[in-house]
Amino acid sequence: MSLTTRRTRLAAVALAAITAVGGLAACGNDDDAPAAGEKPDKLVVDTFGEFGYDEIIKQYEKDTGIKVELRKTAQLNEYRPKIVRALATRKGAADVIALEEGILNEFKANPANWVDLAPLVADHSKDYLPWKYELGKAPDGRLIGLPTDVGSLAVCYRRDLFQAAGLPTERDQVAGLWPDWNGFIETGKKYRAATNKGMLDSVTTAASAVMFQQGGDLFYDKQDAIVADKSASVKTAWDTAIAMADANITAETATWSPEWSAGFKQGTFAATFCPSWMLGIVADNSGAENNGKWDVAPVPGGAGNWGGSWLAVPEQSKYQKEAAKLAEYLTNAQSQVAAFKLKGPLPTNLEALKNPDFLSYTNEYFNNAPTGKIFGDSVAKIQPLHLGPKHQAVKENAFEPALRSYENGQASKDKAWEQFVKDAQTQGAF
Amino acid sequence: MSLSATTAPPSPAAPTPPPARRHRSRSSSLTRLDLTYSPYLYIAPFFLVFGIFGLYPMLRTAWMSLHDWNLIGDHSFIGLDNYAKLVTDEYFWNATFNTFGIFLLSTVPQLLLALFLANLLNRTFLRARTLFRMAIFMPNVVSVAAVAIVFGMLFQRDFGVFNWLLGFVGVDPIDWDAERWSSWSAIASMVNWRWTGYNTLILLAGMQAIPRELYEAAALDGASQWRQFWRITLPMLTPTFVFVVILSTIGGLQLFTEPLVFANGNIIGGDQREFQTLAMYMYELGIENLNTAGYGAAVAWAMFLMIALMSLVNFLLIRRTVK
Repeated sequence: MSLTTRRTRLAAVALAAITAVGGLAACGNDDDAPAAGEKPDKLVVDTFGEFGYDEIIKQYEKDTGIKVELRKTAQLNEYRPKIVRALATRKGAADVIALEEGILNEFKANPANWVDLAPLVADHSKDYLPWKYELGKAPDGRLIGLPTDVGSLAVCYRRDLFQAAGLPTERDQVAGLWPDWNGFIETGKKYRAATNKGMLDSVTTAASAVMFQQGGDLFYDKQDAIVADKSASVKTAWDTAIAMADANITAETATWSPEWSAGFKQGTFAATFCPSWMLGIVADNSGAENNGKWDVAPVPGGAGNWGGSWLAVPEQSKYQKEAAKLAEYLTNAQSQVAAFKLKGPLPTNLEALKNPDFLSYTNEYFNNAPTGKIFGDSVAKIQPLHLGPKHQAVKENAFEPALRSYENGQASKDKAWEQFVKDAQTQGAF
Repeated sequence: MSLSATTAPPSPAAPTPPPARRHRSRSSSLTRLDLTYSPYLYIAPFFLVFGIFGLYPMLRTAWMSLHDWNLIGDHSFIGLDNYAKLVTDEYFWNATFNTFGIFLLSTVPQLLLALFLANLLNRTFLRARTLFRMAIFMPNVVSVAAVAIVFGMLFQRDFGVFNWLLGFVGVDPIDWDAERWSSWSAIASMVNWRWTGYNTLILLAGMQAIPRELYEAAALDGASQWRQFWRITLPMLTPTFVFVVILSTIGGLQLFTEPLVFANGNIIGGDQREFQTLAMYMYELGIENLNTAGYGAAVAWAMFLMIALMSLVNFLLIRRTVK
């Protein structure tokens, strides 16, 4: 699950600073010899946000007699420093570690920290969404992560605000408004004309959506060289975002800012791009008083994916084989459906994606939108894409700030692009 | 711990004097040892803790700064390359510029205000002085993250109180974090709010150490309050002022939490790094970017040198003005 909620990132970062500095200083080597073939009493699993494993592990404990300790961290931004510390000091890592998309790509640059799962588990290359399974491999071809969930992509929109602007409100009709991105921009213009407000929260959420839709190489090529200034997908995303800024269809509220969080309640904007994990954030920010006002429609221009995770086993685990088996168990079709029913992470296992319980799921807060079907349909059509090691850093610290600079009128089009290309080089180095 | 306590007191029935004398001399040498060394023992805990949590990390950071260091990977020795890179790093100088800008915006008005308030609180005719003194210190007790979050709300673009107030006098809403001047002012106001009271109290303590007779004599000679302040209070207050300025310098150059929270946790501090401070840049390189930990360590040392240099300059400047 990709819970990049940066509202509470504030304090977390400060805390992380302290803990990570501690991690910098402490360094030792743990050379307790793993007892080969010995059955462990207990395995530790590290997750962030909600993976929905609480019930599944009870069954596992009953079947195998191995106890499982589930360590949960609420926020991804508190979670990453913990993993970094464990890897930097070679101590304290769990046996199975959930790695979110951004973290996985970054950690792939040092694959020696992770166990090659391929020899330890059955062949699963045909069981998952193919692109998702491929992303779990390190550049040297070793399988370091088994797929858990995907974010997929949809549009969340406010029915009441659309109605006030004279736009249709039913999700099929809304989908008809934007078969492609031009349609989306035209709708935004109509919204602006009727209400003098921005329809979309900011250009960066749209840019993410476009980029993930394009697939292929994004900021890096297959050899992990930075190609931010040459990549066709990035250019398309950039141009679409610039067109939106020029058409003045956004409320210029940067994602995760206080203006953005408050904007959900205040109706500052009427639409945002929603991976499945964003639904909870939209609901939280909008509050109970807006129950039923939000709805979910398909995204313009086809399917895409934003976020999702893998399970990995660190090299320092003493029970690598058993840990790999546990990861395999937690990501099988049955477990993924059970996890979805409990907490909502979208399955990646092909069998789980066909599960009727999953496909018939509706979300009450979002006007009973059939989110299982909307996201499920989208998941099947996602284009394979290649995310380089510092994808997240390039996106968040180079691409998006440059786009916002243009959106807010701080920089000209050329200046913003220049800023992005320069920063992409430094942020993307690994 | 007293070492002499471990030796038995000389027995009154001791038959042979020589051993007793030897005993006494041993005991007295232990007393001497006690006198010379036990003070060091008493302050040892501080230095022990400082050594583990202060000195060791510093030295290790220095060691790291000489390497191309990946936090979760390998490292290789590269000498002073990191420092050479620092000199031409645009973002390092941008962060330095921001840090000093915010430092000036926060320290100068803050110390002037603190001086003014301390002088007021030092007046003998003021009622409920203790209440005022306590009240003025209150902001310092509030956690810095809480201050930053509340001020972040006040400085919001769409629903912030300051923009709402500005609206009454016909000023358009300001996007506080989009410009240098506005973001610096907002951050400086957080620092000022939190530290003015603290500095006021220290200056007040300094003022109260000035002998009353000086003022009485000056008053007899017909010196006005204002003249007394310039001729007696300020010169006598210089040592305290040096202390306050150095403390503010150290704090100001290490500014981290306020700008970070103001940036909603984004370490680059504004879309164009308008308010990324040195400490934030250090964190970005040393902790967030796993692969540049060595370079981040070099930034940390550059910061340390800057602070040491600034403190020295402050000290020399202010000491010269005394004479």
